[in-house]
Amino acid sequence: MKTPSPLHFKTYSSILLIVIFGPLGNLLLGKGMKGRGDIAAWTPAELARFVTFVLRSEIIWLGIGSLMVFFVAYTLVLSWADYSYVQPASAFAYATAALLGHFVLGEMVSAVQWAGIMVICLGVFIVGRTPPRTTERT
Amino acid sequence: MLTELVFFLLVTIAGTAGELCMARAMRGVGEVTNFRPQALIGVVWRALSVVWTWVGLGLMTLAFFALLAVLAVENVSFVVPVTALSYAVGALGGRVFLHERVTPTRWAGVLLVCVGVTLVLLGKRWG
Repeated sequence: MKTPSPLHFKTYSSILLIVIFGPLGNLLLGKGMKGRGDIAAWTPAELARFVTFVLRSEIIWLGIGSLMVFFVAYTLVLSWADYSYVQPASAFAYATAALLGHFVLGEMVSAVQWAGIMVICLGVFIVGRTPPRTTERT
Repeated sequence: MLTELVFFLLVTIAGTAGELCMARAMRGVGEVTNFRPQALIGVVWRALSVVWTWVGLGLMTLAFFALLAVLAVENVSFVVPVTALSYAVGALGGRVFLHERVTPTRWAGVLLVCVGVTLVLLGKRWG
């Protein structure tokens, strides 16, 4: 069996972080904001209450932490891999989001969504078969 | 109608252009090989000193607000397939702006991703 090169290994590891922590961060933020309700009035007092709610929510902090991991991984991988490789490969995050929604939140995933997930997986598989880097780097 | 078209162009083109600028900035920073926290902070710091980073962040912010504006007047089921086009724009931008070699195989994968993302998001809307 062919061993993946260091370039492939760190590219796949970063994309794995992107497709896990991006949707996880969004899910945690969504879960944290659920039940808060709309901002009733755009007054300073109401905004202050909103900010206090956000800052005191552990789940929102976890969400922010996840999105920071996502952003750092996305930025770092672009330092060595092609954008035209990373961007479509990261679309696998849509599949992660649907799977998290289905298995963690018990949301219904429609047949059209499952079909979309399969097509994304196929697209990512095809992109993954091309070299991650096609240009010279510093 | 013209205003909406401008917003659609901003969402797709400015959003992708912003990410392309970030990619360009990271090329200037150089390949990251040390993943210790201190070294990573140094990388982020160096990235923030590159003009392309700020251009990228500005364009992504613009795209975000354009998306909010277009969602205020159009249905999500119409907006989403258009935003999935950003994958095709991204591959084109990678080729033209970053001189990446986008082979027919990669194009095929990108187009499948466009279709898949559209199906997932429309399926959510219809489900």
